[in-house]
Amino acid sequence: MSGAKLRVEHLTAYYGDHPGVKDISLEFPDRMVTAIIGPSGCGKSTFIRCLNRMHETAPRTRVEGKVLLDGEDIYQEDPVRIRRRIGMVFQKPNPFVTMSIYNNVSVALRFNGHHPRDYVDAAVLRSLQQAALWEEVKDRIDSPATSLSGGQQQRLCIARALAASPEVLLMDEPCSALDPIATAKIEDLVGHLKDDYTVVIVTHNLQQAARVADYTAFFYLGGLVEYGPTEDLFERPKEHLTESYITGRFG
Amino acid sequence: MMRFDHHARRKLLSHGVAVLTGLCVVAVLYPLVSIVYTAVVRGGTVLFQTGFLTSVPPNACSQVSCNTVGIGPNIQGTVILVGIAALISIPVGVLAAVFASEYRTRGVGRAISFTADVLSGVPSIIMGAFIFGYFILVYPSLTYSAITGGLALSAIMIPIVTRTTEEALRTVPNSTREAALALGISKWKTTLRIVVISALPGIATGVLLAVMRAAGEAAPLIFTAFGSNLYYRGLDQPIAALPLLIYDFALSPASNQQDVAWGATLFLLIAILITNVVARYMIHRLGRQMVGGA
Repeated sequence: MSGAKLRVEHLTAYYGDHPGVKDISLEFPDRMVTAIIGPSGCGKSTFIRCLNRMHETAPRTRVEGKVLLDGEDIYQEDPVRIRRRIGMVFQKPNPFVTMSIYNNVSVALRFNGHHPRDYVDAAVLRSLQQAALWEEVKDRIDSPATSLSGGQQQRLCIARALAASPEVLLMDEPCSALDPIATAKIEDLVGHLKDDYTVVIVTHNLQQAARVADYTAFFYLGGLVEYGPTEDLFERPKEHLTESYITGRFG
Repeated sequence: MMRFDHHARRKLLSHGVAVLTGLCVVAVLYPLVSIVYTAVVRGGTVLFQTGFLTSVPPNACSQVSCNTVGIGPNIQGTVILVGIAALISIPVGVLAAVFASEYRTRGVGRAISFTADVLSGVPSIIMGAFIFGYFILVYPSLTYSAITGGLALSAIMIPIVTRTTEEALRTVPNSTREAALALGISKWKTTLRIVVISALPGIATGVLLAVMRAAGEAAPLIFTAFGSNLYYRGLDQPIAALPLLIYDFALSPASNQQDVAWGATLFLLIAILITNVVARYMIHRLGRQMVGGA
């Protein structure tokens, strides 16, 4: 793993005095999909929210350690700039309900600087195509985002994140609120996204991790138990805990 | 026999409660209906006299011939006073609420909410007296003026705007804020261009409530706007207002002035009703457009 896009060193994230994740160190390879798995409450979401400095937006939270994006510590940078380089998709689809489909996708470009109209149009088209939503919305791009189904809304949120041209895309259980068909579409999409982006996906669905991820990290009780190529982790786990979890003995 | 007794008792109790609640409904509605009825009966003929909405108010007069009646300056004055108050209270109230809700740090937000609650409970005449007291000491020539009247009304509007805006902002889900921040949108743009916009229908309702409350207030204007029988003469001059006219003329022994007071009452009721209905309709449409139900 020489081409690490994102490197995490001794990361500990606190809620008040309680550490949600403890002393995590790992690397996310460039243009690969890395899955983070583990039972509920193991710190997966807390961890991924540290990777674009969203953890600190909640009250009484604190982060120790380093997260290096191309070698630069994101905790020494302006969080707003970091979040433009590291996009995020949340558990529940959260389109801006006051905006149309077009305005949702273009919001980052419209709010973060001045871009010519045709540049924004092109970015909206590209992002909706990348998110496999263009065909479904091309005739109603000015309809409200809320007129879309849940699965479409989640792909809209992916398109919205992609339109900002991030280098890394974080996905926090992006399919947990979706039905199997919508889930299959998003998984398919993740497979294509790694051509252009480094993807980190949190999931509590082991099959999903096995299907979409090149690398997988297993978290348990706020700690990193095992990390490696997905195939190795699922077929030849090194740790007893990992084996118990993936064979369904707990979790 | 026991069964029957229980049954009869239960039915009786049920009817009793129904009658009691019904009586309370009557008690709630009676004053409103009575006010509207009396205002229509006594003010109706006055309101539709030619020139009533544009003429100046009459002097006291006991003869039949001298009834030049009108509330023109008072309508104009109330619009100006409420306008000044809105110009001050909407930005201040909304921004205070934004701070309380979006930049809530260690009780500062809660202190703002608490202060707004206390302020909205302060009797409005105290607001007038406070503004009067301040100006008479610091800037006496402005004591009786449109400016102090507008300030006194804004002191009544600010807590209403603040509290309702805060409630409206709280209905915006946190996931909306997170979505914006995660796109690298700065905190202030997230707050003003996304969160406040999402809460706009609720904020507009609060502003409307405050405007209607201010338009009907007489007490804070007694020592500030002071009242006048003339059209607007400048921000530093005393200014007419509808509630002040009603207060003055309702106490007048002259029947022509009493008539004008009733006409003004009916006008104020109708104006507030129309504003309310129109604004609610617009807010409803705005809200529907925004959530896309249209």
